Formats: sequence, C-alpha cells, structure tokens
Amino acid sequence: MTVLAALNAALDEALAEDERVFLLGEDLADPASGVNHVSSGLSTKHGADRVLNTPISEAAIAGAAIGAAIEGRLPVAEIMIMDFIGIAVDQIVNLAAKARFTSAGRTPCPVTIRTASFGGLGSGATHSQSLEAWFMHMPGIKVVVPSTPADAKGLLKAAIFDPDPVLFLETTALYGKRGPVPTGNHVVEFGKADIKRAGSDVTVVTYGRGVYDALDAATALEADGIDVEVLDLRTLVPLDMPAVLESVGRTARAVVAHYAVEFAGPGAEIAAQINTGLFGQLRAPVARVGSRFRPIPAAKDLEAAVYPNADRIAAAVRATVGYSK
Amino acid sequence: MTLAQAVDARLRKGIGRGEFFAVIWPSRGQEAVAAGVGAALRRDDRLVTTYRGIHDLVGKGVPLTEILGEIMGKSIGASRGKGGTMHITAPEQGVALTTGIVGAGVPVAVGLALAAKQQGSDRVTAVCFGDGATNTGSFHEGMNLASTWQLPVVFVCQNNLWAEMTPIGDTMNIDQVVDRRLAYAMPGERVDGNDPEAVHRAVTAAVERGRSGGGPTFIEAVTFRFEGHYFGDQQKYLPAEELAAAKEADPIPRYRQKLLDSGALSADELTAIDEDATAQVEAALAEVLAAPAPDLAELDQDVFVNMEGIPS
Ligand SMILES: Cc1ncc(C[n+]2csc(CCOP(=O)(O)OP(=O)(O)O)c2C)c(N)n1
Repeated sequence: MTVLAALNAALDEALAEDERVFLLGEDLADPASGVNHVSSGLSTKHGADRVLNTPISEAAIAGAAIGAAIEGRLPVAEIMIMDFIGIAVDQIVNLAAKARFTSAGRTPCPVTIRTASFGGLGSGATHSQSLEAWFMHMPGIKVVVPSTPADAKGLLKAAIFDPDPVLFLETTALYGKRGPVPTGNHVVEFGKADIKRAGSDVTVVTYGRGVYDALDAATALEADGIDVEVLDLRTLVPLDMPAVLESVGRTARAVVAHYAVEFAGPGAEIAAQINTGLFGQLRAPVARVGSRFRPIPAAKDLEAAVYPNADRIAAAVRATVGYSK
Repeated sequence: MTLAQAVDARLRKGIGRGEFFAVIWPSRGQEAVAAGVGAALRRDDRLVTTYRGIHDLVGKGVPLTEILGEIMGKSIGASRGKGGTMHITAPEQGVALTTGIVGAGVPVAVGLALAAKQQGSDRVTAVCFGDGATNTGSFHEGMNLASTWQLPVVFVCQNNLWAEMTPIGDTMNIDQVVDRRLAYAMPGERVDGNDPEAVHRAVTAAVERGRSGGGPTFIEAVTFRFEGHYFGDQQKYLPAEELAAAKEADPIPRYRQKLLDSGALSADELTAIDEDATAQVEAALAEVLAAPAPDLAELDQDVFVNMEGIPS
C-alpha cells in the first residue's frame, strides 16, 4: 500500500467509525478530491455532508474546524500545502493550541489539521517549505510527521481521535512510497519513536522524508564498515527523547537530519537535549543536517542543493565517526 | 445593563484606587448591545466575544465570580486564572470563546454553528466584534463561509466608531459597516446600539432566522466607548465634542428615562434594580478577593490531556 492509500484508508475508516468525524478543505469532494487526492472517493462514499468543499479561505477552514471541535466534533481540516498555513496560523496557534489551557480544561479542541510539505517538486519558495519548527515552538498543538504507509495510517487514526489539536504533516514526495500496513484498526501511539534500521556506530535521528535519506546513507556507509541506526521520531510533539537518548547512549554518536531549515530548526532542540542528557558519553559533537538557510529555489539543481540528502547525511556521519578529540 | 455597568464601574474604581489588580478594556457605554444580545439568546446558544466583552459575558449570564475571578487571576476564575480577561470561557452559559485577536472569533463562530447543524441542534451562535474587526481577513472569510453554508450565526458588530486610537473613517471607505453584508448576500440591519430594545428586536429576529434554518444575519449596533480603548486611556485623540455628543446618547440614563416615561417601572423600582446590581457585584468581589491565587501546579495541567513527553 502507498502512503497516499494509507492516508485515504485512515480517513475512510474514521468517517465510517464515528459520525463526529468530517473533512473540510479546498476541492476535497469527488471527483477532484483535492490537489493531493488524499480524499479520493470519500465524498462519494460518505456523502457531501461529511466531506465539505470550502472556499479558498485558510483562516476560515482552520477556524471553522476549531469551532466545530470545541463543540465535540472531530473535524479533519486540510490546508492544501503547508506554505499556505501562514494564513491559518493565527487560528491554529492562538485559538486551537490555547483552548484547553485558557479554559482550564473546559474547552478541549480535538481538531486535526492535515497539510503537506510539497518540497522536492520544483515548486519554489512558497510551495516547498517544511515549517514544523513553527508549531513545535507552540505549546498546545501536537506535531506529527509520518514516513511510512503503516505510520501514516496509524498516526492519522491516532490524530483524528486525539483529544487535543494535532498538526499532521504529510510529505508529498512520499505519497508514492509503498510498504505493508497492518490490517484492522491500526493506531500508532504518539510519542513513540521507531527504529527504522538498527545499527551500532551512530544514530541518525530523523523523521518524514529524512528517514529515506538516512536509510540510503546507511546503505552507502555499510561499504565503509559504519553501522548506522536510523531513528524515526514520528511525532515531534510529543517528542520521544527517552528513545533518542537510549539509542544515542548505545551508539555514542548522533546526527539529526530534517528538511526543515537547519538554523533554529528541530535539530537544534534535539541536539541540545542529547548534549544535556549524554554529556561525557558522546564520542563526537552532535551533528545536524537540515535545509540550508535559503528560500527554496525552483530550479531542480538549486533546490537539491538546499535540501539535505543521503550524501550530506553520510558525510556528517563520517565526520562524526572520524571525530577525535 | 445595570449589572454590566455596575461591574465595569466597580472594576474601574478598584483598579484606579489600587484596591486590586485587574486587566480590563472598559465597555462603559456599550451595555445596551450586550443586554439586547444576551436577552435574545437561549442559555444553550453560543456566544463568542472579545477582550472588550465583560458586558457581553454578564449579558449571557456568566456568574460574576467567574468573570471577576478570571480578570483578577484567581483560583475561582472561569479558568482558574489561566485565561484572563481576553480568554474567558464559560461553557455552561454557552460562552465558547473570548478572543484577544481582533477578528479571530468570527471563523470559530462559523464552526460552532456548523457543529450545531451537524448535531441536528437548533442552537444559534452569536459573535460580537468591533468595527475594526470587520477589516480583517478572518471576518470576511467567516462571513462568506457562513453565508455559503447558510449557518445559524448572528454577526453582531458593536460599532463604537473607534478601533484603538483610529476613527472608523480612517480605515474604511464605506458609510455603514452593515453594507459589508451585501457582498455575502446576507440579511441584516443597522440599529441604534444605545437602545437595548432595538438591539433585542434585531437579534431576536436574527436568532429566529438562524434557528429555523434561514442562515446567518449581520447586525451593526452603533454605540460608543466612553472610557477609550484601555483602562486609563486619556483619549487625547478624541475630540471633546465627539465625546460630549456620545455621552448625550448614554444608553443607561436614556433607557431609565424611557422606562419611567412609559410607566413600565417606577423610580423606586429602578433604584432597587441598581442597588441589587451593586450588591451582587460587591458580594462577588468580596468572594474573589478572598479567594487564593491559582496553584503553580496549574501550569502543568491542560496544555494537553496527557503531558507525557511534553517539554516542561
Ligand atoms: C489581529 C490583531 N491586530 C491588532 C490587535 C491590537 N488591537 C487590540 S484592540 C484593537 C482595535 C480593535 O477595534 P475594534 O474591532 O473596533 O474593537 P473595539 O476595541 O473598538 O471594541 C487593536 C488594533 C489585536 N488585538 N489583534
């Protein structure tokens, strides 16, 4: 099953299981079924009152979903491409992320905001960003980034039924990735990182697209006799630091890799926590590989030069393994 | 009206004298809108309001201890001090949200109404906001969505003619805010926001429309804020004649006179209502002042249901 099919299956099951679930967003209904086609077939099957087409109104999509969630519905709002989320950020960070706290628990807001990082398709500066660090910085909203079909389905199911607001960040470039998906009601608990490849020399801590680059780097590094462990965080909030510290505690070396901009990105936080937790046990400073601090260019070669990739991760791993005090 | 005025007056007096600390955006002058709206809504109808919404909360029937306690950051406040004036929530009285972000409550009100429709409920959602809010994108997105989906929302613009320190004429090139509804084919009207009965009539009609599936309504209630934008605002920007003219139309003495003239209530009865309001406020205030501050452990509750893996 592909990631796309897994996401579709999660939405399909959620709509069938619970009448409180509904989808809203631009072009979601059939036959268009959204730019990314994640909702393909769902309005036909579940009805136009469960899969709502909205105007191009990101603030209203998020706001209406938040209002409905406050009333106990389980809305899944789609912001077509993550770069457009700026228009809805106010609603997400100032209302959804604060509803529980500012009401002392009286007004929970179980909304799910799905959006996709479109990067890697040559779409340029306003259609390619990975902005998860913005939301990690905001107490009150969970941040989820699946990499595999199984995780995509299990995490989306968890997101929809989670009692708190969740930003569910998909990666367009991964929609076609195939993998096994457990049958039945498959739910992946938040805050549980997953070892996607076991290794003993160094841990690459990553998520989303970075997982595949890290796996490619690990394969390439086998030739050098370097055994890489790839740890997929799966959720950034909550963040499974115990799993990170356990893995890096074993390997004593860490590289954090992600498509978000490296400067002030998620890796800065993770590296700092590894440093605090394992100071004295580390055999090299924690390295980071993220996107360069540039707007994402459109031209293919330029774009590729900004993003991380297997080579850059492999280079960081080699430098880390070869580090001597 | 009287109760809202009494709350506002007592807060301003207490803060001014240094008797207690509280953060408020005074609503003196706008009580008739809150009274008209509050009285037109059922208890289970929803209300979304703003930082300048204390009068709206009183109108919707939120207990004074919850309002005053929250404003003063006490453990008996609506949200045990975690919300504050700009974020008061009172689900039992239908207050779904108070927003400190201008215009932000509008799309959420649309979602509250969408949920009512999905749940087969005839609940209506009213959302209050200022004239300034109608310049935001959220307002227009929300108006359009409510109209497109024909949702039971009553949009109430409390037009006090000023947004912070800027007069309405500097920020919109239309004569009446109510005209904004025309772009969304939404019914609505402009009413005298200092006449509680006019507000009540308009909101009641709008609520009935929403309840019976007739979709949203936009109401512009023209009023004035006598105390400026924030507590202590010297209003140097406000021409003295404008304030004087506005005070001529003060809704409180005006309505009092109307009730006397019509014979609906006697002077004694009106005085008794005033005294009762003052007594209610004093009783609630005493309770709030005696209440403890929130426990610091509050900080570790309600960010998420489950705080495992959440940074401290
Ligand atoms: C999005 C946003 N921008 C600016 C502010 C700062 N601000 C607070 S109140 C206000 C004026 C709002 O005017 P209006 O909507 O007419 O409401 P009023 O205060 O007059 O009741 C502004 C600009 C804010 N809170 N939110």
